[in-house]
Order: sequence, then C-alpha cells, then structure tokens
Amino acid sequence: VTLKETRAERVLSIQERVLLKRVGVINPESIEEYIAEDGYMALEKAIENGPEWVLEEVKASELRGRGGAGFPTGKKWEFTARAKSDLKYVICNADEGEPGTFKDRVIMEGDPNLLIEGMVLAGYATGANYGYIYIRGEYDLSIKRLQKAIEQARSYGFLGENILGSGFNFDIEIKKGAGAYICGEETALIESIEGKRGEPRKKPPYPPTYGLWGKPTVINNVETLANIPPIVVNGAEWFKKFGVPGSYGTKLFSLMGDVNYKGVIEIPFGEKLSSIINDVGFGVKGGKKLKGVILGGVSGSLITPAELDTPVDFNSLAKIEAGPGSGSIVVLSEDRCIVDIAKNIAYFFRHESCGKCTPCRVGTEEMYKIIDYISRGLGEESDLTRLEKLSTSMKLTSFCGLGQTAPNIIAQSLVKYRDEWLEHIKERKCKAN
Amino acid sequence: MENKNFPAVDMEIRKWGANPESLIQVLHGTQEALGYLPKEVLAYISEKLKVPLSKVYGVVTFYNFFKLSKDAEHVIMTCMGTACYVKGGEAVLNALCEKLGVKPNQITSDGKFAVRIVRCLGCCGLAPAIAIDGKDIYGKLTPEKALEILERYS
Ligand SMILES: NC(=O)C1=CN([C@@H]2O[C@H](COP(=O)(O)OP(=O)(O)OC[C@H]3O[C@@H](n4cnc5c(N)ncnc54)[C@H](O)[C@@H]3O)[C@@H](O)[C@H]2O)C=CC1
Ligand SMILES: Cc1cc2nc3c(=O)[nH]c(=O)nc-3n(C[C@H](O)[C@H](O)[C@H](O)COP(=O)(O)O)c2cc1C
Ligand code: SF4
Ligand code: FES
Repeated sequence: VTLKETRAERVLSIQERVLLKRVGVINPESIEEYIAEDGYMALEKAIENGPEWVLEEVKASELRGRGGAGFPTGKKWEFTARAKSDLKYVICNADEGEPGTFKDRVIMEGDPNLLIEGMVLAGYATGANYGYIYIRGEYDLSIKRLQKAIEQARSYGFLGENILGSGFNFDIEIKKGAGAYICGEETALIESIEGKRGEPRKKPPYPPTYGLWGKPTVINNVETLANIPPIVVNGAEWFKKFGVPGSYGTKLFSLMGDVNYKGVIEIPFGEKLSSIINDVGFGVKGGKKLKGVILGGVSGSLITPAELDTPVDFNSLAKIEAGPGSGSIVVLSEDRCIVDIAKNIAYFFRHESCGKCTPCRVGTEEMYKIIDYISRGLGEESDLTRLEKLSTSMKLTSFCGLGQTAPNIIAQSLVKYRDEWLEHIKERKCKAN
Repeated sequence: MENKNFPAVDMEIRKWGANPESLIQVLHGTQEALGYLPKEVLAYISEKLKVPLSKVYGVVTFYNFFKLSKDAEHVIMTCMGTACYVKGGEAVLNALCEKLGVKPNQITSDGKFAVRIVRCLGCCGLAPAIAIDGKDIYGKLTPEKALEILERYS
C-alpha cells in the first residue's frame, strides 16, 4: 500500500490541477455538485462586471488556444466582439480526432459543466447568443453527459433566456461528427455543421469575422474554453502564476506508449519533457532505452532523446520545430521501428485527406507507397530524396493544415533517424523487429 | 415517384428541422434506427430537406460513419491509431482476420462478422483496443485475448 501511495505522490508531483480540479471528485452528472465546488461562480462574477471586463480579463491572461496552433484567445474573441452583426456564434471544437489524444474527453466526461460555463462566458464576452459543440461521434459518454449538463444548466437559468436576470440569452446545441478527421479543422467543421461535406474553406477570412453561415464565430478547443471559468473567477494575474512567459497556465496531455504510467495529466507549461516522462510517467516501460517521443499527435513532431530537456511551452518547443499540438505524448522505446511508425502515419493521412487539393490528395498516397516499399525491403536510397521533396512541396502547397502537417513526422524522422531508414534500404532489414 | 413513408426519418426531421443544415444529424438518427442508409431513404431525405440527391450522396460517402448497405451483424473495429499500432494493434487485426477468414472491411459469408480498421477509438490509454458493435470496448489486447472475446459473439 505504501508503495502505491508514494507512487501516486510522485505522479502528482509536478502536476497542477486547475482544469482537472473536479474530475474524479464530483459526480459529473450532477450540476449541484459542480455548483458546490464553485461552479458558475465565474458567470455570476462576469455578469456583475460586464462583457467588456470579461474580454479584458481573458486578454490580460494571455491564454493561448489549446487546439494546437496556440492563437491568443483574447485576440480572437476581440475580433468577434468588435464585428458588427445581427448574429454571432460560439463553437466548441470537440472533434478530438488526432490518434493518441483523449484529453478533451476527460473534461467532457469528468466535468461537463466547466465547458458549458466557458462557452456561456465566450458568448457573453463576444455578444454571441448561440453555441454549438461539435463532438466526435465516437464519444458516446461525453455526448450523454454534455446533454444532461445542458438540460440541468437550462433549468438553473445558466442557459436560455435572460441568464441570471442579466438580459443576456445564450443556448447550446450538440452536433455529432460523423467520422472524418478533417472536420477538426475549424472551417471544415463549420461546413459540416452547415450540413455539408467537411471540406476546408479558404482562410482568410478567419472564422472570428466570417464563420458559421458567414457570421462572426468564436471557435475554440474544449480545453481552451475550460480555462475561461478559472481565469474569470481568480483573475488573469492568478492564471499567470502558472507556466512561463509566452505560455501561461497549465496544459493537459494524454501520456501513453511505452511508459509505466499512462493517462491524462495536467502540467504547468515549462516543465521538461524528461521530467514528464520520468517523474510522471515513471520512465520507459521494462527499463528499456528511449528511442523518441511523438509529441502533439501524428501531425506533430518527433523528439529525440537529445532534445528531451526542452521545456514544454510554445516558444521553447518552436525552437526545435515542435509544439504541444493536440496534447498527446507517445513514448517510443528502443524496440520501435521508425520506418514502421512512419508507415502507420502515412496510412492514416492517406485515408484522411479530404481530396479537395492535389498536393495532399496525391501526396499522401505517394508518401504511403514509397514508405510501404521501403518497409518491405524494396527501397532505394533515392526514395529518401523523393520523400524529402514530397514533404517540402506538400508543406508549401497544401490547401489546409492537414496536408501541410501530414509530412511533419516523416520529414523529421528522415533527418533525425536517417540511419534506420538507410538500414532498411541497404541491409534490407530492421533492427527493431 | 411512389409515395413511401419512413416514420423513423420523419421523427428525425421533426427533431432537427426540415432544412438542408439538418442533413448530417438526420442521417445519423436514421442510420441509428435502420442500421444503414438505403437508397430510397436517401431519396426521401433529399426531398424532405430540399437537398439534391447528389449532394446527399456526396455527404454520405464523405463521412466514414455512414453506410450505404447492410452491415455485418457484429462489426469489429480494430484500432490502428498510433497508440494502438505501437502496442501491437496489427497483430490483433491479423489474428481476427485469420480466424474469420476475411480481409479487413470484408463481411464473413454468413453475414455475421466484419473487421474494420479505424484510426483511433479515443481510448488510447487502453491500447491496443477494439470496439465491437460500436459500443463494447475492449483494451490491452493480445491476439489470444481478442480471439477469446470473439467467441462471446459467435
Ligand atoms: N486537437 C487535435 O486533435 C488536432 C490539432 N491540430 C492542430 O491544429 C493546428 C492547425 O490548426 P489551424 O486551425 O489550421 O491553424 P491556424 O494557424 O490557421 O489557426 C489557429 C487559430 O487562430 C485563428 N487565427 C489565425 N490567424 C488569425 C487572424 N489573422 N485573424 C483571426 N483569427 C486568426 C484561426 O481562426 C484559428 O482558430 C496544428 O498546430 C495542429 O497541432 C491538428 C490536428 C488535430
Ligand atoms: C486537420 C486538422 C485537424 C484539427 N483537429 C482539431 C481538433 O480535433 N480539435 C481542435 O480543437 N482543433 C483542431 N484543429 C485546429 C482547429 O482548426 C483550430 O485551430 C482550433 O479549433 C482553434 O481553437 P483554439 O484557438 O482554442 O486552439 C485541427 C486543425 C487541422 C488542420
Ligand atoms: S490539404 Fe488535404 S485535407 Fe486539406 S484541403 Fe487539401 S486535400 Fe483536403
Ligand atoms: S490510437 Fe487506438 S484508441 Fe486512440
């Protein structure tokens, strides 16, 4: 027993529970328990101080989007707040389709009211009266709990007309996705809510000014919105105690792969990847050596053991061409084959390319074919050059983020793990398996 | 065109509204009720929501979730997402396919089983994972365990 306790302590050591504070503590299907734990206090405070104050507080917090790109949330909201329009919308991006990512799910299943409160606050600050949660169709339990939370929030007057007597109206509807990764891209998501094929639109104009049905639309990731209530209740200054300049607050990660402790963790920005893996994750499984880390999902980046002391925050990671991305950390032990992983990633993108533009539609197909050849021992050294060229042209010419980021890990592996690729080509064998 | 009635579809349309933007949600509900999306039902939806049939097809074929034909009795979704793949998802897939004598995406000749590859079930902590009939999730699998689970559905 004691062993377990110390282990639990160590897992929690560098974690901070701001967003996950109520997860596992309250009954997520009871709004009363949420209220008892300071729920909807932010909304009351917001209504006392007015929408402009909320907007200023969010701006002052320097919160950055948790959907991957890290765009300043306050700035985004301001675009929408200043836009003149009869109708405005708030959309919560709960599509979470990146393989190896399930951090948004933990919020939606464990503390659904937190997300709802965040959305109401977004609507209040920007003057939007209608919200949509676009959620992965596979997330049955999340959908059920959110639906229940919405109904309960309506009955308490946190949603609906004249919220808490403020004269402000806001309501939320859930839209179920239908199994297309591309619908996580915000403009494809908007097309999908409009009932169409989820093909991305040209940006700019960006959604904050031209979004759903052409109206100004704030679109934020689940985790971004979950940050809003604590910021509003405790103030921007409090929020900035967590994390480091340029990346304030905490960040959720789904930690998995070849580590001893797996699960969703909450870490203040600025911790080193090595401490996440060793202190929270208890090191590589089976005492094996670390080969690398896939950070931020399959569209993210590949980190080598030599880069492991990089602090996990937007600016430090950018220096090694990485980012927190979707918030997934997949640990790879020495037993894993880089070519095999590249093949799996290429397979994924080949399937998920929406087909709208040529560089991505054809590029993802070609990429898979080349890697498949190499993995079967049929490759030539010139194939690596072809892969590199293909990566560059996809990055530069694809229409949306999917095609632009699809070659990320493959291209990085060609530089960082070149020996392994060459081994497959020259010796026609794979040391890993 | 003969006038057919589909009460299950009507119910969905009442719930979401008879307009083009309801299309995806109506398709969701209809498939839940009927198991798949038959041709005549799509024509009916097209007429009711005032969306050209070609557009309806465009949407149905774009999204993975929608099915145009009757599916196997039990659909085994095998995850090949990164987390599951590195944890041996492929061995699980191969074991299932071999046992059932099908390739991925084929239906067994008795119509009972189909094995599908999916790209993340959203429960990567349980890698490698499969989902049977969309709702029963099994994780931390080995090929042996997967075959044991298969028995329960036979
Ligand atoms: N969470 C997940 O499951 C996944 C996340 N991603 C992440 O998505 C990211 C790419 O997302 P994108 O939306 O393509 O990035 P982006 O850079 O185009 O946009 C980021 C956000 O900032 C807003 N924005 C940017 N410039 C703006 C401007 N001038 N005015 C107003 N708003 C502006 C956009 O509307 C958007 O909401 C990648 O970094 C990747 O990590 C990718 C796949 C899956
Ligand atoms: C292919 C692709 C898939 C994406 N999937 C998601 C997703 O599942 N969830 C998400 O929040 N953002 C996703 N994004 C990013 C969104 O386009 C957008 O940047 C984000 O929702 C903005 O929210 P934020 O400012 O709160 O980060 C994806 C982007 C691309 C290019
Ligand atoms: S880059 Fe890929 S996903 Fe994006 S529009 Fe082009 S084909 Fe579609
Ligand atoms: S990668 Fe298999 S469930 Fe996510």
